[in-house]
Amino acid sequence: MKLTLKIWKQQDAHSKGKFVTYSLDSISPNCSFLEMLDILNEQLIRKNEEPVAFDHDCREGICGTCSLYINGRPHGPDDAITTCQLHMRKFKDGDTIIIEPWRAKPFPVVKDLIVDRAAFDKIIQEGGYISVNTGGAAEANQILVSKVNAELSMDAAACIGCGACVAACKNASAMLFVSAKVSHFALLPQGKIEAKDRVKKMVAMMDQLGFGNCTNTYACEAECPKLISRSNIARMNREFICAKVS
Amino acid sequence: MADLNAKIPSGPLTGKWTQYKNHQNLVNPANKRKLDVIIVGTGLAGASAAASLGEMGFNVKIFCYQDSPRRAHSIAAQGGINAAKNYPNDGDNIYRLFYDTIKGGDYRSRESNVYRLAEVSNNIIDQCVAQGVPFAREYGGSLENRSFGGAQVSRTFFARGQTGQQLLLGAYSALSRQLKMGTVKLFNRHEMLELVIVDGKARGIIARDLVTGKLERHFGHAVVIATGGYGNVFYLSTNAMGSNVSACWQVFKKGAWFANPCFTQIHPTCIPVHGDYQSKLTLMSESLRNDGRIWVPKNKEDAEKHRKGLIKAKDIREEDRDYYLERRYPAYGNLVPRDVASRAAKERCDAGYGVGSTGLAVFLDFEESIKRLGRHVIEERYGNLFQMYEKIVDENPYENPMMIYPAVHYTMGGIWVDYELMTTIPGLYALGEANYSDHGANRLGASALMQGLADGYFVLPYTIQNYLSGEIRIPRMSTDKNEFVEAENTVRERINKLMSVKGTKSVDHFHKELGKIMWEFVGMGRNEAGLKKAIELIRALRTEFWKDVRITGGIEELNPELEKASRVADFLEMGELLALDALNRNESCGGHFREEYQTNEGECLRNDQDFMYVAAWEFLKEGEFKLNKEPLKYEEIEVKQRIYK
Repeated sequence: MKLTLKIWKQQDAHSKGKFVTYSLDSISPNCSFLEMLDILNEQLIRKNEEPVAFDHDCREGICGTCSLYINGRPHGPDDAITTCQLHMRKFKDGDTIIIEPWRAKPFPVVKDLIVDRAAFDKIIQEGGYISVNTGGAAEANQILVSKVNAELSMDAAACIGCGACVAACKNASAMLFVSAKVSHFALLPQGKIEAKDRVKKMVAMMDQLGFGNCTNTYACEAECPKLISRSNIARMNREFICAKVS
Repeated sequence: MADLNAKIPSGPLTGKWTQYKNHQNLVNPANKRKLDVIIVGTGLAGASAAASLGEMGFNVKIFCYQDSPRRAHSIAAQGGINAAKNYPNDGDNIYRLFYDTIKGGDYRSRESNVYRLAEVSNNIIDQCVAQGVPFAREYGGSLENRSFGGAQVSRTFFARGQTGQQLLLGAYSALSRQLKMGTVKLFNRHEMLELVIVDGKARGIIARDLVTGKLERHFGHAVVIATGGYGNVFYLSTNAMGSNVSACWQVFKKGAWFANPCFTQIHPTCIPVHGDYQSKLTLMSESLRNDGRIWVPKNKEDAEKHRKGLIKAKDIREEDRDYYLERRYPAYGNLVPRDVASRAAKERCDAGYGVGSTGLAVFLDFEESIKRLGRHVIEERYGNLFQMYEKIVDENPYENPMMIYPAVHYTMGGIWVDYELMTTIPGLYALGEANYSDHGANRLGASALMQGLADGYFVLPYTIQNYLSGEIRIPRMSTDKNEFVEAENTVRERINKLMSVKGTKSVDHFHKELGKIMWEFVGMGRNEAGLKKAIELIRALRTEFWKDVRITGGIEELNPELEKASRVADFLEMGELLALDALNRNESCGGHFREEYQTNEGECLRNDQDFMYVAAWEFLKEGEFKLNKEPLKYEEIEVKQRIYK
């Protein structure tokens, strides 16, 4: 395949960025998207030019590190996968591909296509846990969880924290991410004692960090590589209102 | 000086850990606040240790190269975590889990450590459930179990095919709670580049801030390495792209001994290699072997036709299929341990029965299970794995059998540790995959998660106190001390040396070349001539690397090429040690298969007379290593040939 790539290049957080055009030839359709970028970088290094910096690690769709905005869609044109699972067979010979970083105020660009997502860690630190110390936990089977709730909880807990939901949202809202964590716990009997505190604190931090509000376009759900459902947002709102009024 | 006293508590095996806890020294709460611990790595072992030590009141600094601690590669573990709960009432207990782990490791691990691992396994499940890990449940609400390779009981707990993710998120949440409380401080996008030793004890690290490129000095009364395994020495593996041996290699060069580096695990069920540009191999969970049947064609002509794309698997009649695992190992069938399954696949492919375009693949077939259980059951059990397969290979595994081939997955070898998980450097600990202790020559499925969390939640928090209780009179040291300055200078010189090569070939080029050498000569089948050749080739490649590597960009900035170069430089030294260890071990056991040592049926031929020891290597200088031996004594169990027939 022959491709034209328009890639966002930006030296660091303080510099101004711009699109740079590269062309690539003889790319196999079985190549993954990130392997295509590897090939580009190999060629740039051969020419003694600086390669394109992008975040990636596990390359199997679970670590949540990769984060490219490809032709206007987080994680590219395929559904329910991360960029590292995207293959070039989803593109056509001769295509022009535009590659950008996540664009959201709380995710500043670090370099080229790499952004800083520490804001997500900060939200979790506000209450995305059950306050239990190591040791002294009760026998596991003393806590029974209905299969239905365990499955729903797992659906929410499957979030990989990649930030595609924020990148997809016109308001840069983090509601899907935060609600997935809130739902994961809200559906389980464990940690109920601190549930109200949890949702209030996490939402407050989300607002404080500059994430926008939800206006129900559900772009987040459409682009989520793990198919996290928007119903989690409804559940979080319910939890939040209950916590506020009681 | 370093010695090999494993500090195993006296008394009967079943009481050793209790005995240890009864007599170890503790640190009082007021003193804990005055003690600093550095932890490198935020996977299951590192994150759980940091959270636990933070809760206890120590000051912890934790480092990871990733942008968030939640991204450590423990997250990718799919299948499950073992524990001796015996919920299914199928005869399991602590002793059996211990026994299966020792046997699975082909009698090359330390009895006392493994028994302790089995002992604390049940606490891990309790802990994780309390944290809200959404394990699979039965309709009555109790925890569900499934079976895994190398065991005849169902003792594996799981959260769909994402057990590692859920356990890591549990540990990450406990860590996040401590980060909020301020007992733990996080240094993300930081890489450890040197260990600092003061008066013979580990006292700190030099780390590079990967965003600014600046070097930093950090003090700790103790240092904990939890940086995972070295599978990426093979370039293509199931490890994350950033997984590396560097922290382990630095401490090795500073005096920690490296144990059994040749014990590497090749996982039988991975998606086969498909092209030169490939960067990574994807694992298909071992749990698939519960319902999938592995086969190749009985006739070479059918295999040949499949390779040429003339026929599909479905076109091969039932009677023309060779379910070779069921044929060779009727007792365990498709659930034989990983090393056995991997070698059997290689044997069939080498003999000309391999399928797929490269001939390096076998079928993993769900047709029978789908008929027996219905598609919806298979979908519920393995849906995400099937989806992952389809995205990568572009073929529907519900309709055509999967094609799989073995790939490098896990490393049993690692930094030598004693019963307390302390290395040969006082005050330096190694946890999880980074140490060698529990899996011998082969790890059983669902045991890595168990070991990582056992080390971090339930072992280190006890044993480190025994050491730190002797350090309460040592005030925090200034990092202006000579030892810190010198360590930083060593790192700076090394980075400058790398940058000044200004050669013509990329870092990836050298990494791929190293991978080819390792896979060909130090992979699934090893022999004396090949290993000697590998050592020669690695040395030559290393020389070429230092003459011809090209690293673009600068030092004091975010520079992924420089990060990779520094890691590959270490792999180029480590690969040699791996081959040397394989050459030294004149026997076949577990994941280490020396072609000269096999039975008439092609099974491993162990040599307990001469090799029932842990090979602990000591660094002398580049390319020169000294072998030390820790003899393995089995008091509780009878050492047998490992038979799964």
